[in-house]
Amino acid sequence: MSARTVLQHADITRALTRISHEILESNRGSSDLVILGIPTRGVTLARRISAIIHSVDSTVIPTGALDVTMYRDDLAQNPTRATAPTEIPSGGIDGKTVVLVDDVLYSGRTIRAALDAIGSLGRPRSVRLAVLVDRGHRELPIRADFVGKNLPSSADERINVRLEEIDGLDEVTIG
Amino acid sequence: MRHLLTTQGLPRDEAIAILDVAEDMADVSEREVKKLPTLRGKTVINLFFEDSTRTRISFEAAAKRLSADVINFAAKGSSVSKGENLKDTAQTLAAMGADAVVVRHWASGAPKTLADSGWIDAGIVNAGDGTHEHPTQALLDAFTIRRRLHGSAARGKDLNGVSVTIVGDIVHSRVARSNVWLLTTLGANVTLVAPATLLPVNLSGWPVTVSYDLDHAIAQRPDVIMMLRVQGERMAAAFFPNAREYSKQWGLNDERLQALPASSMVMHPGPMNRGLEISAAAADSPQSTVLEQVANGVSVRMSVLYHLLSGAVER
Repeated sequence: MSARTVLQHADITRALTRISHEILESNRGSSDLVILGIPTRGVTLARRISAIIHSVDSTVIPTGALDVTMYRDDLAQNPTRATAPTEIPSGGIDGKTVVLVDDVLYSGRTIRAALDAIGSLGRPRSVRLAVLVDRGHRELPIRADFVGKNLPSSADERINVRLEEIDGLDEVTIG
Repeated sequence: MRHLLTTQGLPRDEAIAILDVAEDMADVSEREVKKLPTLRGKTVINLFFEDSTRTRISFEAAAKRLSADVINFAAKGSSVSKGENLKDTAQTLAAMGADAVVVRHWASGAPKTLADSGWIDAGIVNAGDGTHEHPTQALLDAFTIRRRLHGSAARGKDLNGVSVTIVGDIVHSRVARSNVWLLTTLGANVTLVAPATLLPVNLSGWPVTVSYDLDHAIAQRPDVIMMLRVQGERMAAAFFPNAREYSKQWGLNDERLQALPASSMVMHPGPMNRGLEISAAAADSPQSTVLEQVANGVSVRMSVLYHLLSGAVER
């Protein structure tokens, strides 16, 4: 099956720029924001969003990583997963608006795990979700607040997000 | 991973994967809520046929932090002292629905017998068997060395080129055996220092250098010096003239501590015989990793239980 490119570098940058502005708009500025990326590519996207907000608002948003492996509900169905570091900014998340960032929103189970992980780290004022791609097929009542691109897909299709920092190029393919 | 019985033959990548997850577990241990839901609903049984405080509570803490249920079974005062054999004990634990059994036994090979017998379906972790192996101790030692050397950048790294000198009662030491296999797999150069009576008779196949002179070994400026406990309880015969003689020849005393490079780590698996194999000054010096080893033990055992109990079951 050949993969079709649906987002290229410029599309991804544009989507992330829009998401960054939407985050600032809905938060009425950059105060009390914390951005947490879900490894692996969510962390890269979180850093990019943080950099874009910095260039717009010239504030440094505390940005980190939230590994959800140990909170997943499918550990018994798959081979043992490696974990990734969790990095919570020094100010913590209590009372903050946490924006979770992931590359693809699919079943919603990763986000469910992330919400549990957040719960054991503190009590944010609110939690928002930003994703580069929403491909549908939710299995839980979870939705994203900021979406780069809605990408209707069938369950047997594979969506691949590649990012320059990790994969050497920016693209989203479906196939 | 189905069982953890030995570090001999444990592939390098698998060992590093265990150490890497342990890094993330160590981060959890620094949080206010030190608990993960990962092994909820799993039952871990600590089956201890031999006295142990720190290993048992370390495994207990590890399992509890991963939300597993823990049952402690000490042979003393149990049906074992009424004559129950290992098979019946194992089948009893199986009937209770054990998912993992952490075994410490005075007989070398007992954990392997449990794993191979078919008496019980649970994953088996060797927590020390006779004079054979103690794999989680070696893993936590490797973790401690790696962390001291690389700090927060330790993930993914091995111990290539690190020189480790293990001193003392090698022949009775399961800690030494597990460390020899694991540390050399990870690329470290291991030297054993001991009186000839406390070295195994046949060291062929051991990827180590042997020395009988501790001062000479210290002059080689090892990155790590690991002092082993003199195990009085395992010594039926006299292996050295007396404690003072041992301490003088093979103990890490204050003069030897001075001779050691300031960057060398001083390790001890505990419990220590202060004044015998290690002086109080050496045990309490900033070079000593003794307490780090205890803290890291919980993280490493969390990682081992995670590797054993999560993931699709390979049968």
